[in-house]
Amino acid sequence: MRKPKHDSKAPGCSGACCLRVEDMGVDIGGADILQHVNFHLHCGRIVALIGPNGAGKSSLFKAILGQIPHTGTIDFQRAGGKRTRPLIGYVPQSPAFDRGDPVSVFDFFSAAVSDWPVFLPTPKKLRARVADCLERVHGGDLIDKRMGALSGGELQRVLMALALEPLPHILILDEPLSGVDIDGERQLLDMLDEICSQYDLSILLSTHDFATLEEYADQVILLKNTVLRVGAPAEVLACDEFKEVFHLDLKRGVG
Amino acid sequence: MDFWYWLVGLLPFEWAVPGGMYFMKNALLAVLVISPLFGLLSTMVVQSRMSFFSDALGHSAFTGMAIGAIVGFIDPMWCAVLFAILFALLFTLVRRRTNMASDTVIGVFSSTAVALGIFLATLGGKSFTKFNNLLIGDILSVEPAKIALLAMILLVVAVLWVCSFNGLMLSAVHPALADSRGVKVFWQEAVFSAAIAVVVTVSMTWVGLLVINSLLVLPAAAARNLARNQRQYHLFSVLGAVAAGVAGLMTSYYVGTSAGASITLYLALFFAVTFLFRRKRQ
Repeated sequence: MRKPKHDSKAPGCSGACCLRVEDMGVDIGGADILQHVNFHLHCGRIVALIGPNGAGKSSLFKAILGQIPHTGTIDFQRAGGKRTRPLIGYVPQSPAFDRGDPVSVFDFFSAAVSDWPVFLPTPKKLRARVADCLERVHGGDLIDKRMGALSGGELQRVLMALALEPLPHILILDEPLSGVDIDGERQLLDMLDEICSQYDLSILLSTHDFATLEEYADQVILLKNTVLRVGAPAEVLACDEFKEVFHLDLKRGVG
Repeated sequence: MDFWYWLVGLLPFEWAVPGGMYFMKNALLAVLVISPLFGLLSTMVVQSRMSFFSDALGHSAFTGMAIGAIVGFIDPMWCAVLFAILFALLFTLVRRRTNMASDTVIGVFSSTAVALGIFLATLGGKSFTKFNNLLIGDILSVEPAKIALLAMILLVVAVLWVCSFNGLMLSAVHPALADSRGVKVFWQEAVFSAAIAVVVTVSMTWVGLLVINSLLVLPAAAARNLARNQRQYHLFSVLGAVAAGVAGLMTSYYVGTSAGASITLYLALFFAVTFLFRRKRQ
């Protein structure tokens, strides 16, 4: 486990380790999906990315993950000013797992984190390692369940546990709250808080659920092709850009 | 082979007595090699929803044979293998590059291959009947050299399985996640389809085009009814395939039917039984 590194300040940046996105743009098939995107992401913070569908949230994630080409710079700076490629844990949008697939959580997990072929008898060490990883998200009892039999919240937790192995510098979650019921949502948000402070990493997530933003997010980025507003949740939710983007009528109240 | 003949000689069957019926003994050995091979590949064919794809591959193998016959290869089978690999790679590429559903792409490829095959086979007013044996297949015609070839393929597939099954499974259940964890999804799929192409083409002569796909689908489909994880899945699939293979061959000997069809019927029975005892949906 990495120790918190907040003691040493990096030059030019308020946080210790920092992902800087500067004048970043993404162009897919001649359409400017993103342009002039600027923001910093500091460790120990939970940042929520909001914006309408098609605003470029997924493209932004893919660009940070290095899956699609982009212009401008995406730069990661560790505590002490050293620049390296960050380890990024990625929780993709929940796919539909076939309910009948004979893939257990253990199968899925060990296929991703180890080279041991999952169809051979399992070594004890590997099983213990997977159980440990699942315990990080309080999911130790899920290990023998089939992927298709998990609830939305359980699936998110398993995917999150996978993204935390190996322990990343940045954790990116693509709409982690969609398809999750109220109880699951509460559990997930508490877990994010816990992970963020315990492992000292930055969390960037996209969401459409504005009601809970203030409870967990340290910062909110409003995105529509470019960054329209960055700030504390209350500030962004009250700003004019937010109302305009989501076509909210003030007289009828927000939401 | 002598060791094998001696070993079979210990079995209490009328065809197993030493000194004769070599075709049956060869066939039994071939079945013991082919069935685990198909049982293994089957798990992934079913998991990545490619059962229709392997069917199309069988058709392309037939086209390859037709081309081989025209070009004048010594053994048209090798031409068919080449053609099938090409077909598989092209298919994987097209499937990745378009947003069309897989079954549509397969349909396009499959019908093109069949039409081309029939066109070439009947070119110049030739008769189609010489290809009939490919449709039904004849396991009893297998020679020791070919069994050795099949055994080698089994070995290669087993190695491939150990090395790349994890990546393959991840690509099948969650391509985006596999990609983010450094799995080369496209190459995994390409190598896997090429492996199916080789296996289908090589064994087609003995199993028969019409039933070969059932061997690639039924073992895992049945295993899926019972299995809760990948270890059970592979175990049931391979054991089921071997049991059905041996039982089918015996039946075909005593009743005088096509071995391929008999094996398939046993697999269908295997599926029906497992379906009745399938695990609860939770």
